[in-house]
Amino acid sequence: MAEARLHWVSGPVIRAVPEGDFAVNEAVLIGERRLLGEIIRLTREEIVIQVYEDTTGLRPGVRIRGTGYPLSVKLGPALLGNIFDGLLRPLAGGEAIHVEPGMRAAPEQTFAFCPRLKDGDTVAGGEVFGEVSRNGVTQRVLIPPDVAGKVSHIEPDGDYSDNAGLVTVKAADGKTHTVGMQHTWPVRVPRPVTRRLPPDRPMITGQRILDTLFPIARGGKAALPGGFGTGKTVLQESLAKWCDADIIIYVGCGERGNEMAGVLHEFPQLQDPRTGRSLMERTLIIANTSNMPVAAREASIYTGVTVAEYFRDQGLHVALMADSTSRWAEALREVSGRLGELPGEAGYPAYLSSRLASFYERAGRVTALNGEEGSLSIIGAVSPPSGDFSEPVTTHTKRYVRSFWGLDRERAQARFYPAVHPLQSYAEAVDELAGWWRERGSPHWRERRARLLKILEEQDQLERMARIVGKDALPPRQQCILLAGELINQGYLMQSSFSPTDRYASPERQSVMLGLITRYIDLALQAVEQGTSVDTLRGMPILRKLQRMKEDLGEEALDDYAELEHELDDAFAALKPETVHEG
Amino acid sequence: MKADLYAAGNATRIDGPLLFLERSLDVGLNEAVEVSGADGRPRLGRVSALDDDFMTIEVLETTQGLALNETRVRFRGAPLHFSLGPDLLGRVYDGVGRVIDGGPPIAAEQHLRIEGMALNPARRASPADFIETGISSIDIMDSLVRGQKLPIFSGGGLPHDALAIQLARQSRLRGDDAGRFSIVFAGIGIPHDTAEQFRTAMERSGALGHTALFLNLASDSSVQRLLTPRFALTAAEYLAYELGHHVLVILTDITNYCEALREVSASHGEIPSRKGYPGYMYSDLATLYERAGIIEGRPGSLTQIPILSMPSDDISHPIPDLTGYITEGQIVLDRNLHRRGLYPPVKVLPSLSRLMKDGTGRGFTHEDHPDLANQLYAAYARAVQVRVLANVVGEDGLTETDRYYLRFGDSFEHEFIAQEERRGLEASMEIGWRLLAALPASELHRLSDAQIAKYIEPHHG
Repeated sequence: MAEARLHWVSGPVIRAVPEGDFAVNEAVLIGERRLLGEIIRLTREEIVIQVYEDTTGLRPGVRIRGTGYPLSVKLGPALLGNIFDGLLRPLAGGEAIHVEPGMRAAPEQTFAFCPRLKDGDTVAGGEVFGEVSRNGVTQRVLIPPDVAGKVSHIEPDGDYSDNAGLVTVKAADGKTHTVGMQHTWPVRVPRPVTRRLPPDRPMITGQRILDTLFPIARGGKAALPGGFGTGKTVLQESLAKWCDADIIIYVGCGERGNEMAGVLHEFPQLQDPRTGRSLMERTLIIANTSNMPVAAREASIYTGVTVAEYFRDQGLHVALMADSTSRWAEALREVSGRLGELPGEAGYPAYLSSRLASFYERAGRVTALNGEEGSLSIIGAVSPPSGDFSEPVTTHTKRYVRSFWGLDRERAQARFYPAVHPLQSYAEAVDELAGWWRERGSPHWRERRARLLKILEEQDQLERMARIVGKDALPPRQQCILLAGELINQGYLMQSSFSPTDRYASPERQSVMLGLITRYIDLALQAVEQGTSVDTLRGMPILRKLQRMKEDLGEEALDDYAELEHELDDAFAALKPETVHEG
Repeated sequence: MKADLYAAGNATRIDGPLLFLERSLDVGLNEAVEVSGADGRPRLGRVSALDDDFMTIEVLETTQGLALNETRVRFRGAPLHFSLGPDLLGRVYDGVGRVIDGGPPIAAEQHLRIEGMALNPARRASPADFIETGISSIDIMDSLVRGQKLPIFSGGGLPHDALAIQLARQSRLRGDDAGRFSIVFAGIGIPHDTAEQFRTAMERSGALGHTALFLNLASDSSVQRLLTPRFALTAAEYLAYELGHHVLVILTDITNYCEALREVSASHGEIPSRKGYPGYMYSDLATLYERAGIIEGRPGSLTQIPILSMPSDDISHPIPDLTGYITEGQIVLDRNLHRRGLYPPVKVLPSLSRLMKDGTGRGFTHEDHPDLANQLYAAYARAVQVRVLANVVGEDGLTETDRYYLRFGDSFEHEFIAQEERRGLEASMEIGWRLLAALPASELHRLSDAQIAKYIEPHHG
């Protein structure tokens, strides 16, 4: 491989004199500690390298070795259930309490292998050649996308190291490739697929405000912007816990170390509501905390999405949570500044928008190379300075996502979580997803959703009006709308991620709750029309029951909801028309 | 450590804090240097850029008085280190870790790098030990736990110093295992009076013996301010992780730190980001704040209470804004409450403790604590809304229910937030329940029927 000699260093950028051929984006190893860097600019006389680690101690004369490959990661079965840094180096297991710089090989691991092919079979890139299992978790192993040919040898059933070669493939050009459980893939190159498919069903998150009002499709893209303290991270974690994806990739990009520790401690103790197994088994964490080197933060997003694509190619439904894409954009800005590039909007480089676009475009529902259907959904948190959504990262992200969940500071301050503001959020794929709800026995999902949004909009207007004339001066019907809005907010949209009953709501439970709420609104409006005062409505015990049903009636109590509906009807049937009072 | 190397007479340019030398020695990036001029006074610095022929030294103190020919640079062969030993408590240091109380230097047992390397998140333990501060608005509403970083967002003239001293003095762990407790105080660009006030307060309460004070006064070099918190945190880490203490670190005032950062960035000719602060301010602040925590399998903990004064009380200013994105919540002080004579003037709505969920509730404080906090938050938020409404339409334009909220808001501020003496958790909770009982039970959506029967109804009796 080509070598180079360092001749200038400052911060995470170094310049070196090349002695041989390098390529742009080629990964290089610097010095005896083998610090990882990437070539970002190239002339005949000089290469410019961005270093992913602390450059303390580097000096002119240090040797730099090219690897011959672009920045790549090793994908294999040992990833799942573990925590890695932004360059996919394992963080768990070591003795060191600090993150030590330098490349280390991942420890070797053993899996039981069961072949799916035999000698003489023809294989194409991306094909499944076997299954490996350990501790009751089975994963598929793939031929790398760029390998194809005839199987000349495949190992029989047995325990193998994840470094061992298992299949020998003879390509049409006569070359032989040895393929094991792991293969490497460059992080900045999307893994190929056969076909991209349109969205067909929602990714169920178990969060009512999202599933009911602002759904994300399987293979969809969502942005989650909010100022500090508005609950981005808690919501991301709730999604990681309860959404119905097969695999969760959680990228903590420039965020808090204690939060990562929290996820690591909490997830193994939680049960996946669908499989009954530990949540950690389906989760992979990539942690580049805010005090780790900035350049690796830039890479961590690509690392995460590449790993996610690898699981998608196994025919799985993958959800990637990126918290937060703003820190990634800031890393871009910082590196760009050090290279002396011309700054664009708010100091970000002019290519911010295209980088965001190419990241979100890696989401989608696809037919993988092996014919299996898989999907990758991306949920990116955005941390806009001062919570102002007009800043560049939010506005550019908005152009590429189809679900936008704007978090509101005022809601968060009243401890109203998730603090998604219904009037500042949207979802584009509603029409495509209505069919799924219809098949699941909720034919009215779309109308009811529209109804809720309309009432919330009206409530907002009325509250503004009440600020001028006083609530008492509003006609009874409008006061009733205010009451309905309150019920929707408090009784339906608010959801505690820490309450064991409330933290997850299945689509079935959401349907019956939504039915009850709309039924109440119909009855209440009708009653007001017939002369019942809003104060009377407010005092009815059934209202409190509806407000509390999310806490009091859990997933196992779906039958009790039917009873609640009878109670609701009876309560209104028992109302005696009042004489319209003085007001 | 390698033997020290000297270079003299090879300086080519001095530009603000930057000193350019011909490269005559083989030194590495970020290594520490001591620069001295004709006056013989050593100034700390570090190697900030290197190429084949030249090296750039960033001098961390004033370069005033340095001349090209007489400048002598001593290379330490390693990044800046702090020499620490168990007798470091009870002492006073300047902003770069030199003893200034007239006593002997501390006996060094370990040399630790002041930058501190990033803690491996997989080796962190989750903070979950509730700290009872004795302040209702913090204990009930935004609980502090060991290993947390919880800043106080304040403003000029607000009693953040008094609050910090109170927190340092009266915080304790519930239960028997108090462990060894020590305090590290870092004054960053603070006036002499504030430093003295803190020192006497600690002395009077007898806590000075387990306190280490690091003082970079307002009159000291501003570049040095970038080092003060790093020296203080290195000492704190040594106490926490090597000696097993539970360390509370008070950093005041982070705003001065950020000003110094801006000054240095400008002198480097870097492209400024928001309000002239450098684009890397987030990452830089993170290297301070992220040094709070607990390491799995080690006995100590490091809890941080950074204090920052928000310029013009603006919480969206880059300093509080970026801080809020890194820290685990914030305690916001309110000028309005302060003017009305309420102490501590904690503005509960924008205040938050992210780790509260891990350290409260069954097995930690009280099983109904989280629901009580939630209900108080919801009710007080509504009360504040109603107050705005009442200002416009008058109290008569309010509904019956809203008038209840209006009264709740006032009593919450006067009886719950304001306090003169230390309150235990139970006493604070009791006040909370009593105040909620003044609202109609049908409004208490966040409490279960059982909780209402147990805590609210007795007050109706």
